[in-house]
Amino acid sequence: MTDILADAPGREADFAAALKDLSFTGILAASAFAAAAAFSLIWDDVGDWGRTREFALILAGVAAGLFLASVLAPWHAGLAAKVTHRAPWALALGLFFAAWEITTAKFNILPQPFFPPPQAIFEVFTDDFAKLGASILASVKLHATGYAIGAVAGFLLGVSIGWSRAVGYWAHPILRFVGPLPATAWLPIAFFVFPTSHSASVFLIALATAFPTTVLTWSGIAAVPSAYYDIARTLGANSRFLVLKVAIPAALPHVFVGLFMGLGSSFAVLVVAELLGVKAGLGWYLQWAQGWASYANMYAALLVMTVLCSTLMTILFRLRDRVLSWQKGIVKW
Amino acid sequence: MVTAALRTEPAPATPRQADPLGLSIRGVSHQFDLDGGILPVLDDVSLDAAPGEFVALLGPSGCGKSTLLRLVAGLDRPTRGEVLGDGQAITAPHPSRVVVFQDPTLYPWRTVWRNVSLGLEAQGILSRERGRVEAALNLVGLGAFAKAYPHQLSGGMAQRVALARALVNDPRLLVLDEPLGKLDSLTRLQMQSELVSLWQRAGFTALLVTHDVEEALFMADRVIVFSDRPARVAADVRVDLPHPRHRGDLRFGELRRLILGHLGLEATW
Ligand SMILES: Nc1ncnc2c1ncn2[C@@H]1O[C@H](COP(=O)(O)OP(=O)(O)OP(=O)(O)O)[C@@H](O)[C@H]1O
Ligand SMILES: [Mg+2]
Repeated sequence: MTDILADAPGREADFAAALKDLSFTGILAASAFAAAAAFSLIWDDVGDWGRTREFALILAGVAAGLFLASVLAPWHAGLAAKVTHRAPWALALGLFFAAWEITTAKFNILPQPFFPPPQAIFEVFTDDFAKLGASILASVKLHATGYAIGAVAGFLLGVSIGWSRAVGYWAHPILRFVGPLPATAWLPIAFFVFPTSHSASVFLIALATAFPTTVLTWSGIAAVPSAYYDIARTLGANSRFLVLKVAIPAALPHVFVGLFMGLGSSFAVLVVAELLGVKAGLGWYLQWAQGWASYANMYAALLVMTVLCSTLMTILFRLRDRVLSWQKGIVKW
Repeated sequence: MVTAALRTEPAPATPRQADPLGLSIRGVSHQFDLDGGILPVLDDVSLDAAPGEFVALLGPSGCGKSTLLRLVAGLDRPTRGEVLGDGQAITAPHPSRVVVFQDPTLYPWRTVWRNVSLGLEAQGILSRERGRVEAALNLVGLGAFAKAYPHQLSGGMAQRVALARALVNDPRLLVLDEPLGKLDSLTRLQMQSELVSLWQRAGFTALLVTHDVEEALFMADRVIVFSDRPARVAADVRVDLPHPRHRGDLRFGELRRLILGHLGLEATW
């Protein structure tokens, strides 16, 4: 620190500027969170929510953390970059929580019980965790099973269609005819045909995943330049080598596009299946909460769903970045 | 769909010192079906390359040189006539006849090392012959780039990788389609000498397509000049000069004038 100050006068000016800038937005964000915490504690709730104090303490904790980070940032380059980058978002969130707190729990401006205050949603996580946790687990298991089956089946089918003329001849018309139908349209029939609603849902999720995966894998295989095959063949490759070491690696970027599209449609099917038939999972929790008109539970379930879907997307992006690390300029998620 | 074109002869273990292949092209004509018509590309082409001979093919752009090389490689079958390797009809690709295509066409998902080792891997002899990969890379001066990916290479470097990928197989016939086209003139001269000495050491038969009359004269035993499309053999010039050759030679200049004449370019001399 002393040698920073002792350095050229330009450095010193930079430092002063950085100090002023960083503390400004960061500390503002900390104040917003502190204000939200204060509002929660000072004013009485209009309704009966059990975790207002705990929630306020968390807000205060965030405020303290933000304040500390903003104050320490000028002495730590890595931290400074993080704080500069995130401070605007932190400020927005702090203001949002303060406004949310005031308009719901404190002054009842937004109609209750349709717009529960944040502590009500927080309360769901602390006091109804057993049921919510079980629902999360059920959803994750169901989705993972269906998606894995659909992804593997779609990939294998796509490769076969792209590679073998005979498979293409038979599969192409079926795929064209049946594929574009949303998997959810099969739902009533699937629930009737399959022995359990769980197996029916696995089938529907797999179906929703398999269609885009198949089509994109197939188009990826079809788009492999013939020069790639010529090269391998003159070097002594047999057809096994051509499929496994030329066609599939060359098609992988397309395959991942299919997997991303499949992930999106599989989420939709998962939720619909759980809303309509399966007696477990987040969709079912949502349904159950609606039956009791407990809106806080519904928001909590939605929040969990959001986090889960986004996490799965992130995992798939990470996987793609690893597998396709040879590509330049891939999109960052 | 590629199912139709998947026959490949079984690959034998490649000998270190390849015994060169005798190539014979007899009355070969070839045409392409374009929608609405036929495009004749080769017209009754006959030429022989003795085992170990270095033959250069010269001709105007688009006359059918690359097409002829695909027939020699066994990637396509001629419309008429036959292509023989050691007296046997060439019907499918084989790793003893390796082609360096005009476009380097490296696999972007493989590192340079794994691109070069492709042939050994395809023939199932990579684990025994790993040393050959490094030797081939050093030969083209890219030993330091083994771990790079193709998109990190310059055009000339990519072409040298393609050359290494061919050489690593110790071919009996090496088919080169303008392999030095994208190199800067200095590297180009250097690679020409390297290729000649490599050819002298390894003793394979070489077929080289080039646009560069000097390159053909510097490297080849014979220079075949093709006419405009559809290509016919317009001239077959023996280069009676010992290696190493010198571009300033009197005889070199005479031959160059002769060949430019066959290409209809004597006015440029
Ligand atoms: N697969 C194909 N289908 C139809 N026409 C083709 C095909 N391949 C080549 N041709 C045509 O055949 C002719 C000869 O092509 P080729 O690639 O053999 O020329 P070239 O002599 O190698 O030319 P260059 O020196 O420019 O590389 C061209 O007119 C080209 O348009
Ligand atoms: Mg060509």
